[in-house]
Amino acid sequence: MSMTSEGGHGAVPTGPEVPVEPKASTARRDWPLYEVFVRGKRGLNHVHVGSLHAPDDEMAVHAARDLYTRRNEGVSIWVVRAADITASSPDEKDPMFAPSGDKVYRHPTFYEIPDDVPHM
Amino acid sequence: MSAPTLDRPAAPDEAALQAQFDATIAADHRIEPRDWMPEAYRKGLVRQIAQHAHSEIIGMQPEGDWLLAAPSLRRKAILLAKVQDEAGHGMYLYSAAETLGADRADLTDKLIERKQKYSSIFNYPTLTYADVGVIGWLVDGAAICNQVPLCRSSYGPYARAMIRVCKEESFHQRQGYELLMTMMRGTDAQRAMVQDAVDRWWWPSLMMFGPPDDDSPNSAQSMKWGVKRHGNDELRQRYVDMTVPQAAVLGVTLPDPELALDPETGRYRFGPIDWTEFKQVLAGNGPCNDERIARRRAARDDNAWVTEAATAYAEKHA
Repeated sequence: MSMTSEGGHGAVPTGPEVPVEPKASTARRDWPLYEVFVRGKRGLNHVHVGSLHAPDDEMAVHAARDLYTRRNEGVSIWVVRAADITASSPDEKDPMFAPSGDKVYRHPTFYEIPDDVPHM
Repeated sequence: MSAPTLDRPAAPDEAALQAQFDATIAADHRIEPRDWMPEAYRKGLVRQIAQHAHSEIIGMQPEGDWLLAAPSLRRKAILLAKVQDEAGHGMYLYSAAETLGADRADLTDKLIERKQKYSSIFNYPTLTYADVGVIGWLVDGAAICNQVPLCRSSYGPYARAMIRVCKEESFHQRQGYELLMTMMRGTDAQRAMVQDAVDRWWWPSLMMFGPPDDDSPNSAQSMKWGVKRHGNDELRQRYVDMTVPQAAVLGVTLPDPELALDPETGRYRFGPIDWTEFKQVLAGNGPCNDERIARRRAARDDNAWVTEAATAYAEKHA
């Protein structure tokens, strides 16, 4: 049995005899996965903080309160089912974002203005 | 006018993906969930994060045993908050493991079936209330040494979870040390109780950093990938160097006659660790292994009806 120190709490066995893969046959007993977004304080955007499982939307908000705001980390919470999120694909990163790469004229620094023009 | 169609490139081959991954690691950038990653990197992370999560969840038990026996309402409230934090830490970590395709319920099953492990430290019993303080000071102190570098782990969700955990661990360590300082100001019997707890927990806390680097085969690869940032021996040494002065302030003796400051390095030398004990505990033969797993199993099975009832309610009101 090989071992390594990892995770926060020290050494654990590693190696081929320690399986990591989910079983394909596992019946999913878990509640659906929700992603959680918290507004830290008024004036800030909601920011993604993690995820949790909950039976429905309302319970998800309550669980998010307990899990992610135990120390006044937020004034507002959004939860959304992970399955309802559509995201860009990392495989298409270049074609997805390249069109904005060559449009330097969208940035203020593209334009040369004499130094003596005030307030610009 | 219609928008121009984007030319989709042919799917990049494995070598190109590997090169992109290596470049991200080399630049010390973070790997994010939907990035391509080597299968060994993904599997290693799932194993590490799951075992870390299991440690947090099992770690609720030794201290939870003192919730009803804490000596005052203040101490009860503090301990309750700490145990609740440990549950939270487990949840952050399971959440990170799920971004790699793991299934949370399945990970719990693997823990209960003893197919995945948790830290050896939680298989020792908490015999007196002083153990609560010593766990906060020594065990959480060692955890902090291990966890702070993980905030810079190459896998984004793991690093972010660790940042949250580390913020909260500081409370854990300080409440433990304050508890011990209070007892040390008390009676001779209380001071003896603290010393006894230190005697029992010191060596297991050193074992938390794992075997020496030359006996830790996964460490090198893990460090190459930026999952781990320091070797076991370096982290253990840092922990000893930090803890010895804290013990002096507290007025307890660390149970190691060989513990001494090396004037040349400015670091503390310490005696040999009993790795046979460590391996025995990890193999399932520690004082509390069976009890910990049985309790986790009971929590899953006895509370299954709550999960099912909430699901039934949600379906009815969907």
